[in-house]
Parts: sequence; C-alpha cells; structure tokens
Amino acid sequence: MSKHTLSVMVENEPGVLSRVAGLFSGRGFNIYSLNVAPTLEAGVSLMTIVAEGDDAIVEQIVKQLRKLVPTIKVKDLTELKSVDREMVLLKVNAEDSKRAEILRIVDIFRCKVVDVSVDELTIEVTGDQGKIGALVNLLTRFGIKEIARTGNVAMRRSMQTDL
Amino acid sequence: MKLTGAQILLKCLEEEGVDVMFGFPGGAVIDIYDEIPKSSVEHILVRHEQGAIHAADGYARATGRVGVCLVTSGPGATNTVTGIATAYADSIPVVIFTGQVPRALIGNDAFQEVDIVGITRPCTKHNYLVHDIKDLARIIKQAFYLARTGRPGPVLVDLPKDIQQQVAEFKYPEEVSMRSYKPTKKPHIGQIRKVVKLLQKAKRPLIYSGGGVITSGSHQELTWLGQTLNIPVTSTLMGLGAFPGDDPLFLGMLGMHGTFAANMAVNNCDLLLAVGARFDDRVTGKVDTFAANATIVHIDVDPTSIQKNVSVQVPLVADCKLALAALKAETEGTLDEFDWVADHKPWVDKVQGWAKEHPLTYKDDTDGIKPQYVVEKIHEITKGDAIIATEVGQNQMWAAQFYKYNRPNTLLTSGGLGTMGYGFPAAMGAQRAFPDKLVIDIAGDGSIQMCIQEMMTVVCNKLPVKIVILNNGYLGMVRQWQELFYDKNYCATCMDAQPDFVKLAEAYGAAGFRVTEKKDVEKTLREAFKLDKPVIVDIRVEKEENVYPMVPAGASLTEMLLV
Repeated sequence: MSKHTLSVMVENEPGVLSRVAGLFSGRGFNIYSLNVAPTLEAGVSLMTIVAEGDDAIVEQIVKQLRKLVPTIKVKDLTELKSVDREMVLLKVNAEDSKRAEILRIVDIFRCKVVDVSVDELTIEVTGDQGKIGALVNLLTRFGIKEIARTGNVAMRRSMQTDL
Repeated sequence: MKLTGAQILLKCLEEEGVDVMFGFPGGAVIDIYDEIPKSSVEHILVRHEQGAIHAADGYARATGRVGVCLVTSGPGATNTVTGIATAYADSIPVVIFTGQVPRALIGNDAFQEVDIVGITRPCTKHNYLVHDIKDLARIIKQAFYLARTGRPGPVLVDLPKDIQQQVAEFKYPEEVSMRSYKPTKKPHIGQIRKVVKLLQKAKRPLIYSGGGVITSGSHQELTWLGQTLNIPVTSTLMGLGAFPGDDPLFLGMLGMHGTFAANMAVNNCDLLLAVGARFDDRVTGKVDTFAANATIVHIDVDPTSIQKNVSVQVPLVADCKLALAALKAETEGTLDEFDWVADHKPWVDKVQGWAKEHPLTYKDDTDGIKPQYVVEKIHEITKGDAIIATEVGQNQMWAAQFYKYNRPNTLLTSGGLGTMGYGFPAAMGAQRAFPDKLVIDIAGDGSIQMCIQEMMTVVCNKLPVKIVILNNGYLGMVRQWQELFYDKNYCATCMDAQPDFVKLAEAYGAAGFRVTEKKDVEKTLREAFKLDKPVIVDIRVEKEENVYPMVPAGASLTEMLLV
C-alpha cells in the first residue's frame, strides 16, 4: 500500500464531485484526501486526490477516473517531481508559561499566528505532509484543541530533472 | 423554429431515427405524452416500468441500435433501476428519459420526486438533469452518442416538468464535441504485430470471445480468424452466437457451467486471446489458476477492463472490430509462408478429444421430461433460426448449453447482473423490432413471475412472443446450490404454490399449453410456435435436475462436477 497523489481535471458540471467520490466508495477504493476548486479556465475544476492502494489498485483508480465522462485529464503526480502543499489551521492551548515556546516553534516552522486569545493560539501552517506532521507532533504536548485541514493540493514541477 | 421542451424531445428522437419507445405515463411526463400522437415515434405502453427498460434493452440487443424508454418521475423512475443496472452490466446502449418535478420544487420532497440522477449514477454510463432548455437538444444528442460509442451503456436524461413546457428555439446539433470523452477506437499497430508474432509462436492458442464481439459487430472477423488460423474458440455467455455454434472449432461456453473441453483448453493453452470479454468471476473461477500456462492477450475498448481481474501480458485497447480486422490484415499476408492449420492441428485434435470424452450431455433415463431435452427440441424445431431470450438461473444455463447459436444478436440474456424477470420483456422488445421472427423466452417458473404482467402488453400490441416455462417447481439454481453445498436445506426455494399458467395466459388473451409427458413436448412446441399470438407453454420438467458441468464458486476451472 502506498499513497498516490492524483491530479484530476474535470468539467465543472453539477454532480461531478459526487461522481468521483461515488467511484471511490462504490468500488471500494481508499481515499485519503480530496480537494476541489476552480481553475483559470471557466467551467473546469481541478481535483487533487490522495489515494491509497497497491500499484494494481492505483492503476484501476486512474483508469476508472479517466472513464468518467466529465474527466478531461488524470495525472499521477507520484511518478513525477511535484510540489505538494496542504494548509492546516491548529488551535493550541497556550497559557502564559507555554506561549513563548509555542511562538518559537511557530517561528522556526515559518507558520503564522492568525488568532490569539487569553489561553489559545490559532496557527496557520502551509507545507507538505512531512512538515505538517512534524509540527503537529511538536504541538501535541501543549494540547491541540481543534484542527482543520484542506487536504493536499499538488502540481508537477516545471523541471523534471532526473526524468 | 420555436418549440416546447416536450416537442424538442420528440423532434430529437425523430432525428435519431428512433421508431419506437417503451414507456409508462405519469404527471411529470404528461406534456411529452401530449406530443407523442403528433410524432412518428411509436409508443408501447407497458404494464410496469421494469418491463419498459428491459424491452428497450432487448430491442437494443436484437437490433444493435439504441433502445429508448420513457417513464415518469419518482416511482416510475425508480422502477427502471434494475433494468438500467442490467443494461449497464452487459454494456447495452439504452437511453432512458425520466420525468422530474418542476425545477422550483427539486429538493423539496415534492410529490413523486426522487433524485434519480443520484440513484442511477453508479449504474449508468452517464446521466443528466436538464437545468436549461437551451441545453436540451445538445444533451439528447450527447446521450445517444454516449450510449452507443466506446463501451456502450445506458444513459439517463432527467427532464423537469417546467423544462418540458418552456419554449425555445430548436436546432438539432449536427455533431457531438466533448473534449472529455474520446474513446480509443483504433488499435496500436505495434501491439497488433506483437499479437501476430505470439500467434505464430503459439502451439496451443485459444480464443476467448465475449459480448464485445457482438456489440462491435465483429463476428465475421472473429470467425475468419478462428477458422483460417485453425484456433479453437470458447465464448462467454454474452458472446454466444459470435462464432458459429456448430463449427467443430467451437468449444461452447467456458467457466462455471462451461464445457469440459473449454475449461480444459483454458487450463492447457499457451496463448489466450481474449476479445471483448472482461474475465468475470463466473468465467475465471479461481483467478490464480486461470490460464496459468498462457500468455494472455486482451483486446477491449474499455481500458478499465484490462488488468482488472487478471494480469495480462499484451493489452490492446481498441474497438474489437477494428482490432480483429487489423489482425486479419496482418495475418492474411502470412498465409503462404505459414501453415497455421497444420501447426495448430495437434492442439485442435487434443481439444476435440476432450469434447468427445465429455460432451455436453444429460441422463435421459426417466419417464419425466428433462429440461435439456426441451431446449434441444426448441433448437431442432427452429433450426437455430429464432431469437432466444432467457430468464436467469438453470433455464438460462440450459438455454446457453443446449441451443446452438450460429448468429450474433440471437441470444438475449442478463449475463452480468443476472436479472430474473429480464427475458420476457426483452423478448417483447426484440419481437417489436422483428415482428416476423420467432422470438422465444426460455423461462423458469420462478423468473417468469417477476415480469408476468407484460403478458397484457404483448397481447394488446400483437407481439407473438412464445414463453416456454421449464417448470420444476423450484428456484432451481439456488436449490442446486443448496443440494450440493448446503446439505439439501431447501430453504425458500420450493415454488409448489403456483398459478395455473395456462389459465393465466388465457386470462390475458394469449394461448396456453401444458405438457406433462415427454411424447407431447415436440408436438406441443411445434403447435405453439405456429400460432400467431403470444403463447405460454408450461412444461413440467424433472424437479431436481441439475446444470452440469459445474465449477463450484471459487474453485479452479479444472475442478468440474460432471454429469
């Protein structure tokens, strides 16, 4: 089992999200995250789907996605050099005694504090899964009260140096 | 030209060359029904919407054209779901029009409202809810195009009532242009050459032909390939009729109820050429041992079929007709230098030896009537020149085994979904397409009761469908499994409380016959087939006869239970 990031370009017609999501649930494919938003081109949306499975399953997922009538293009970014980002909002316990340390971590990770109260900080972090995982690990001991994640967005790099 | 939505729909159907649709009216489609008498499209009123969709499907299978079905919103629409899934599983081109509540009420749980687009999303090739009357003609054009191109399938168009009433300028689009839908049709010539090389090297090649050969109309190419290169051919249930059933190279069906010769050939071949088939579990048995000694070539128009169930060495995404034509063109040049017939002869001899050793047969040793005998008689009387529809279960398997299909589009059967109740309405659709042909539904006493109400439709539309019930008083196939694998615990499979099928036929205005003795089978069938009206022939067959050979579910194809 490995994670694959798929970039799926679709016609933005009604029900297209449920067609894609239904394909995953109906065929028993494992979906890790799914992100949809419009592109520069009117009427076209880009979905970034992180799916789990062995090679044969991922091959089926890609083919089944291509078979959907509104699908324009499917790329498996896992085989390419790509830029992956996720945005996460974290609400962390921050009494006075802990606040300085949390702010130091925020600084090191180049995150932003976007909301402050007497005993809480809300932090915005953008990065790949490794960075977000590391930050979550570090902040867990202060007590994370809430977390909201966007799921991955990804794009292939312009230079595919070792291909 | 300004037209209402309802008028636009009928104009589009005329443009598509639709001569008939099967349907059932209701409040949400009454505007369309108001226009039907003014158009050239004939409407056949069924007695249940499931009958309408199966009839459209049967019409499509028999003709190779798109079948059309029209129903109302809510329950009308949901009643078609079984038939839509049936057509989807077997890749049959059908377009379904459903009425919908007015747009302003959508989502409000209005009377007879249901999200049919949501319900049918997983069992249609594509579906539409028309939001804007300006899109209506384009959507209908696309629906027919999607239904019949690439891997065919059902397409549903949901029509809100106010869209049917609105007025718009009508112009039927001349072309379909969808950047997101471009099925691959042409085979890759490099792959074709690779297949020809493999065929030349192979000592024990086998063709495994499926429904895609019939759908793509490539039976002539397939037959040429098998006969010219002297390659034995086995077929799926859906592929029967694509290769002549009485050709000595034809091994019959493979898989769970396949022949000994076909299953042994799959196990022993060194090259398996799969054409328009999808390696269904009823065909492969235990996947690990399926064609374990062979290089597998897989030709299919649908890339998702390839590598789905078994690992394939040479994939070839293409329309079967174009792929087989390309194979023919490439091999035709080799006929002088390469002696295909002599080269494959030892293998063909071996395979035919298996066929002689264990032919399809049954023990005809009692006074009772064997169902296989009935199917053989039907074949004998019709000389194979009939359209056969089947229900699902033992009747279906005997109809597949003991009737020899020499031409494509002559067996209408629910292969993928296994829908009981399919055969009779499908026969009705085929009979409408071919009024002068003999159309026979080979049925079981269980299945026939699932859509029996269409007796009224065939009678009042003068569609002389013949129903032959192999009546064993059981849900026979499940009873067979209970006998073999569940210690004869015949739970809920005994159907000894039955209607009087003869009186039932007569009540509808059809003819009915009952046969209880073997000597009367042939005579009664001949008499029934001659009548120019719908007939039920209720034949009381041996109650506990089983379908053999049988590969138990999950076993290897070589582990067959024989007669």
